[in-house]
Amino acid sequence: MDYALQQLVNGLTLGMIYGLIAIGYTMVYGIIGMINFAHGDIFMVGAFVSLIGFLLLGLAGISFVPLALVLVLVFAMGFTALWGYTVERIAYRPLRGSFRLAPLISAIGMSIFLQNFVQVTQGARVKPMEPLVTGGLVLRSTGSIEVTISWMQILIIVTTLVMLTVFTLLIARTSLGRAMRACEQDRRMAALLGIDTDRTISLTFVIGAALAAVAGLMYLLYYGVIDFYIGFIAGIKAFTAAVLGGIGSLPGAVLGALLIGLIETFWSAYLSVQYKDVAAFSILAITLIFLPSGLLGRNEVEKV
Amino acid sequence: MLRRTLIAAASAAALAISTGAAQAQLRIATAGPMTGQYAAFGAQMKAGAEMAVADINAAGGVLGQQLVLEIGDDACDPRQAVSVANQLVGRGVRFVAGHFCSGSSIPASKVYAEEGVLQISPASTNPRYTDEGSWNTFRVCGRDDQQGSIAGQFIAKNFAGKRVAILHDNSAYGKGLADETKKAMNAAGLQEVLYLAYVAGERDYSAIVSRLQQANVDVVYFGGYHTEAGLITRQMRERGLRAVAIGGDALVTNEFWQITGPAGEGTLMTFSSDPRKRAAAAEVVARFRARNIDPEGYVLYTYAAIQIWADAVKKAGTTDPRRVAQVLKSQGPWKSVLGEISFDAKGDVTVPDYVFYVWRNGSYSEL
Repeated sequence: MDYALQQLVNGLTLGMIYGLIAIGYTMVYGIIGMINFAHGDIFMVGAFVSLIGFLLLGLAGISFVPLALVLVLVFAMGFTALWGYTVERIAYRPLRGSFRLAPLISAIGMSIFLQNFVQVTQGARVKPMEPLVTGGLVLRSTGSIEVTISWMQILIIVTTLVMLTVFTLLIARTSLGRAMRACEQDRRMAALLGIDTDRTISLTFVIGAALAAVAGLMYLLYYGVIDFYIGFIAGIKAFTAAVLGGIGSLPGAVLGALLIGLIETFWSAYLSVQYKDVAAFSILAITLIFLPSGLLGRNEVEKV
Repeated sequence: MLRRTLIAAASAAALAISTGAAQAQLRIATAGPMTGQYAAFGAQMKAGAEMAVADINAAGGVLGQQLVLEIGDDACDPRQAVSVANQLVGRGVRFVAGHFCSGSSIPASKVYAEEGVLQISPASTNPRYTDEGSWNTFRVCGRDDQQGSIAGQFIAKNFAGKRVAILHDNSAYGKGLADETKKAMNAAGLQEVLYLAYVAGERDYSAIVSRLQQANVDVVYFGGYHTEAGLITRQMRERGLRAVAIGGDALVTNEFWQITGPAGEGTLMTFSSDPRKRAAAAEVVARFRARNIDPEGYVLYTYAAIQIWADAVKKAGTTDPRRVAQVLKSQGPWKSVLGEISFDAKGDVTVPDYVFYVWRNGSYSEL
């Protein structure tokens, strides 16, 4: 019982990290119907920018942890958002009128470019960071093992839920959100009605990249070790989560991510660890057979 | 048309230059993970190989020819290892000091065997590498069955009656080492409570750590590389699991401590007795340090592989790899920075010397 509870905490945290990345995938898909394969690598860039931020703060002598966290968060979000904007401007916008596969290939190219760029400029070795947020709460200590949740895990879960709420509200309530939804439904009509679609799409990428930076920072703090390759595996898992939850839907992305995190963790906990990815992807396949648009996705009717 | 002729002429000229150069020079290579998550070891191999080649060239080269060093990057990926091996063969390399990961050395050795290239691995410890009986495979390190049996006996003796978990990463090196350790430990009368594979290359090992906690283990043995062993150790300590971590020779890199930080305190591992402290290495070690390189881990092993090969070529009076291989096996012992080394009929060193090391305060020393 306690063991299962502890694994639940582990799985929730893992799922929330996937969720933060998955929101970025699903937002971009929602607005231009394109899988931004470079998103995982933008997340990796976010983690590196965060690490550089901490090093700069260390040089500046700022050691008050909450202040350092906020400063690095702002720095990383700003800088990574700039990366997201640049990628969109260089690799996707020129291909907007082109056939459907063009931006997809361009995205894969961008992903490889970012990986190699970071590998060359930052080195191939892993980059470690000292634990910054330590300690946690003991939930139960009566059973066979102590059930604990660390402050870092709480921070990750809370951050993801806050981000989910903020961005769901942003899309539902603000004029930018209205413009985004309009672009999603019919980009040409939206443009005719005076919406600057290029700007709206750019902003979506900027927001997605800023979210990836948050995920990168959380990842860096939680695991303490990053390298140029982390974006690949995390990106694949987050993308899967977005598809499982119904691509285009923000709550769906987080729900899908939670499911993947929990399946992986519980499979590792009770069955063979080697088959955990097989398990997660089998469930994805089965879900898509019965619910082709994912758990919370809307059924798209292609109008002729 | 003119352009095509020009290109053909230029490439013919380039070919002429490179073959011209190859006649006056002897090409050798070191191949290992220069990039990827085990790049720390690739850097060690490169440092050792560069110094060895510079030293041999300064002393007049081999059979009057200067050595030229090629660097091959296999990223510890078996498929990439085969293509790197083919590339090196294509560049006319006669000898390879490599590869690092057993999973790379084994498939690459097939290419080298066919193409007539001699291979001395400074680091691949999986028994299969030399057991498959190729004429061209040698190593200057020990074997996992030797390493595993020492680790297994050590655990059975020092942690008698304790709860031991054995983890491995399913790689040729990791699983081989874990299995040998398990065999020796069971033979010495201690059964493990958990034998588990993990997936290499991930970051989140919390599920495995909770599983270790649930099994209430006192000792965790890692058959795997430092990245995952470091991460699991770190996550164990964050969870308050105080089990002793024990690993193999792959933990001998400062990068292990960078990952674990203070959580790595007290981690044990098997490795050959520190070559940096041997009398035969004193002069070379001093020169490495003068260049601000710490000859840790596999630096001196790679140096020794090239040094021994060069001596064997001199003794054989030819660079013919098959002839050199025979000389290597029959005319030892060879003087090297690792001390005197002889090879048996398979190409393994005759006297492996595994001892236990312990990580304390950011550096490792013999137990």
